[in-house]
Parts: sequence; C-alpha cells; structure tokens
Amino acid sequence: MSATKANEEQGQTVRLDRAALKLDCGATLDHVELAYRTYGTLNKDKSNAILICHALTGDQHPAGNNPLTDKEGWWTQVVGPGSIIDTDKYFVICSNVLGGCGGSTGPHSDKPDGSGPYGLDFPVITIADMVRAQNLLIDHLGIETLFCVLGGSMGGMQVLQWAAAHGERVFSAVPIATSARHSSQNIAFHEVGRQAILADADFEGGRYFDSVNRPRKGLAVARMAAHITYLSEAALQRKFGRNLQDREEVTYGFDADFQIESYLRHQGMSFVERFDANSYLYITRAMDYFDIAAENGGNLAAAFKNSDTRFCVMSFTSDWLFPTSESITLVRALNAAGANVSFVEIESDKGHDAFLLDEPEMHATLSGFLASAAAARGLA
Amino acid sequence: MMIDPKSQAAGNLNGDRIDLQLIADRVAPNSKVLDIGCGDGALLELLAHQRGIDGRGLELSQSGVNNCVARGLSVVQGNADTDLSYYPDNGFDTVILSQTLQATQRPHEVLREMARIGERLIVSIPNFGHWRVRLDLLLNGRMPVTGALTASWYETANIHLCTLKDFTALCGVLNLQVESCITLSNGKARSLKGRPTRRANLMAEQGVFVLRRG
Repeated sequence: MSATKANEEQGQTVRLDRAALKLDCGATLDHVELAYRTYGTLNKDKSNAILICHALTGDQHPAGNNPLTDKEGWWTQVVGPGSIIDTDKYFVICSNVLGGCGGSTGPHSDKPDGSGPYGLDFPVITIADMVRAQNLLIDHLGIETLFCVLGGSMGGMQVLQWAAAHGERVFSAVPIATSARHSSQNIAFHEVGRQAILADADFEGGRYFDSVNRPRKGLAVARMAAHITYLSEAALQRKFGRNLQDREEVTYGFDADFQIESYLRHQGMSFVERFDANSYLYITRAMDYFDIAAENGGNLAAAFKNSDTRFCVMSFTSDWLFPTSESITLVRALNAAGANVSFVEIESDKGHDAFLLDEPEMHATLSGFLASAAAARGLA
Repeated sequence: MMIDPKSQAAGNLNGDRIDLQLIADRVAPNSKVLDIGCGDGALLELLAHQRGIDGRGLELSQSGVNNCVARGLSVVQGNADTDLSYYPDNGFDTVILSQTLQATQRPHEVLREMARIGERLIVSIPNFGHWRVRLDLLLNGRMPVTGALTASWYETANIHLCTLKDFTALCGVLNLQVESCITLSNGKARSLKGRPTRRANLMAEQGVFVLRRG
C-alpha cells in the first residue's frame, strides 16, 4: 500500500532543462526540454531503472492516469504496481520524445530569439536525436546503466538506437513490433499522411498557431490512413464486417454508411484533439530516416558488434506494418554479432497494435525475459 | 551412468531423453553453447543449472521457442537448414544437435555449419541399424516403428535416417573426428572411445557423439 502511494507521488510530470543538443541534421537546439514521468523508486545501486520508449503518437504516460486526456495510460496492460513491468520493483521512466507535443521541445515550442513558435523552422529530427535527448535525461537522473529499454513500433526503433549507439548503458533491450529500418511501404504511408496535412488550407505553412483554425481535416485523414495500417484485415472483418452504421440500407451517398467508416472518422476526429499536426510531420519523418544498417556501411550486424546487451525481439503474425520478416532480419544480424538474443513471434490477428493489447503470450514472454535478466542483474 | 538428482528436477528429464544428461556431462562448465533444435529448452535449462553455461537455442516450433523465452532462456525461432549460416565463425565452444539431424533437409550441410560455428560438436541420433529395426524390415517387410522411431513412415518428421556406422562415415567425409561415442539401449548407456563397433551398431537404439574439427 505504501509502495503504491510512493509510486503515485513520484508519478508527476516534470520538465527538464538541458544543455545544447547537436542534431543529425547539423542544427543545434540550445534549450531542450523533455517532459517525462517516473514510477516506482530507484534503488540504492541505481540498477533497477527501466526506460519505456513510446510510439509515434504515444506520450510519457504509459501507466496511471494521463492528466491531459483524463484516461488510463497507454500500456497499463503491462506497466503498474504488481504488473509485468512492476513499478513496485522497478524504477520506470518514460519521456515524451523530442519533437513531440506532450510537453517536450518540438515545433510548437518558442524559438530562443523570441519570435514565437518554431513551426516548420524547427529542425528535422531523427530517432538518434530523440535517443540523445533521452541520454541527457538519464544523465540527469544520475543513472549509469538502464536495466532495460523497451518499446514497440517507433518505441522499438529507439530501443535499437539505444542498444546500437549507447549499448554500454543498456543491460537488456526489448524491441517489439519494430524494424532496424523503415520500409519503403511505411515511408509511403507516412507520405500520404503528411500530404494530407500539408494539403489542408488551415495548415498555413505550419504557422496555424497564429490563427483560430487548425489543420484538423488533414491531420484526421492522416490518422485515418495510419490507423488502418495498425490493424489487420482479419481484425477489421471480425469487428466491423460490412455492417452498416445506424441504418438499414446504404444511402447511395458519401455518408458513413459502413461502421468501419464511422469508426475511422471517430479515430481521426478524436486524434486531432490530442495531437499536433507539425509534430506529426516531424515524428513521421524521423521514423522514415531510421536505418541503423546504413549508418554502419550497410552492415546491420556491425551496429551491434561486441554488444553485451540481452535482447528479446518480439513480432506479431498479423502485423503487416512491421512484419515478422523485419524482426528476423534483426535477429539474424544480432546472431551474426554474437549478441545474446531471444526472438518470439506471437500468434495474433490484431495487427501492429497487438503490442498495446491483451496478448497473454507476449506478456508471458516479457515476464520470463525480465525475470531472467533481473536475476542476471542481481535484482531477483 | 550417474544422473545428478538435482539436475533431474531442474532439467525436467524423463526416460525418453536420457541422452540429455549424457550430453550435459560432456559440456565444459561456463562454456558458450548453442543448442540447435532445443525444443522446450530442457537441455539448455539443465546445462544452465549444472554447468553454468552461456546458452543459446535455435528451435523450429514457435510454441517451443515461446516456452523457452518465457522460462528465461535465450532462444530464437529458426531452422537448422537455413539459419545456421547467420551465426559467426567460432562463436561457440560447443554446438549441440540432439535428435534433430534426421529431421533436417541436408544433414551434411548442417554438420558442416556446426563445425564452422564451434570447435566441438555433440550430436545425438537414433540408430536405424538397431537389430529390432533390421529384424522388423527383414521379417515383416514394413518400415519399422520402434521406441526411438515412433511415427509411421508417412507422418514421420525423420526424413534422413542413418545407422551409427553411416554417421561416422559421414563424419569422415566432413573431416570431423569422433572423440567419443555413447550408445543407449534399454535405458542403459555405454561409453566408447572413438567410433562405435559393429556390435554397438547392432545393439544401440541411440548414439551420442562428441566430435571435433579434424
């Protein structure tokens, strides 16, 4: 009881002022702020810290209550007191990514010269830049080595970047439903989303913060297209089929006749309430640029050479956005590098989003992997 | 043969797989071991408990892999025929293939890859030269079904069966030295220095070979 209370007390959103950050694009951000949240207590040895990396539209609230939406965190299936990532045992950290709109420095932030928010003047950032910023946060928290870095989708990209670029700080890594490089098809989907935003008359070259209107339609369409890629044909068919929405017959018009249309429109409209269009452009771009092998002369194994990190790679059978083949490529490279790697493909028809949902086999895998890593780390 | 009672509890051994303890006895403590076709991870778990090894597994069946990882073992899903080429030269001290060779597409290539990955190989195989197998075929004219080979010809995963003699002949071709061989019959183990004898080829249900690059 008291431990849970302590967790709640520490689960506050805090801002962090850091020194200048040099970015991949060559620009430097002088004042970077990262909004982050922690759960649990850091032990005396500082050996029980877990960093959770969020996905494209996630935030720093995986567990507990999200103060902005007043809803549950996005990974309460896995994170919490007594849960798989047990906040009574581990010190869990999650930060809003650089470029995000959950309180960290991004295109919505004010420029240092006092001329208002960046908008599209914000420098283009990469996954490596996000991880550099997280590194400063871990420095700030006085932690040398993270017990585990884990995340799904874009979160998994950050996990891989951590292991490749800062492996000495990563005892174990769990990249879920992800890839060491963004595929052509995925770049294509992102481009559709970005063009929808850019084509919205209310986008105003990214300076919509000066006006009353925001590029809601463009961002909603971007979300609708992306949302389809997070699901699977089987899941859509099961959930919606060809069912009609609040009507007996089709209307021979362009209303949302079908339930799936109504569902997607709802997804789009609720998304614009919580997400910023400029951030969406920047973060999708960061994912597009991600290619760990390219940074190592095309040799993915070279990125993980001499790695002491214990890896647990997971994919889902129906995930066509980050298919199992991407994980196999990664696993083969890790094996070639002589790394300690486990790989599990989870049977699920829920598509890419399965990693956020109730997937007992994923939970059993994660639980077993963390337990053995904890024993190896002396955290038993 | 001595089986440590502690290990039996840890490794979940049963009578069908006494080759596991025999293999474990031949693995150096604290060495780096790759177990190809590791199944539910019984051998890896035994080796971790008894020998403190740094173990990795490769397993074809997804349920086997998921079980292993949930038990804290480092195992990946993969195929002995296609995935060994991704492992580095000399990445392991010992490479183990227990009761799997006969189910591979190209056993000789699998052995060649194993010898590239590790200096020392431990391979256990069912012996198709066992007298009961020979007698079955001779007297009944039907493909044998025995304790070690339980499935009928049309549903068996064992597509490349061989005798102990066949196996040592292949080792010769691949320039693999037979360091020692243990034969198993009726749950009893017999240790042999070097290659199995004619008698062993007739009497053994299984053979466990310790091989070294020549």
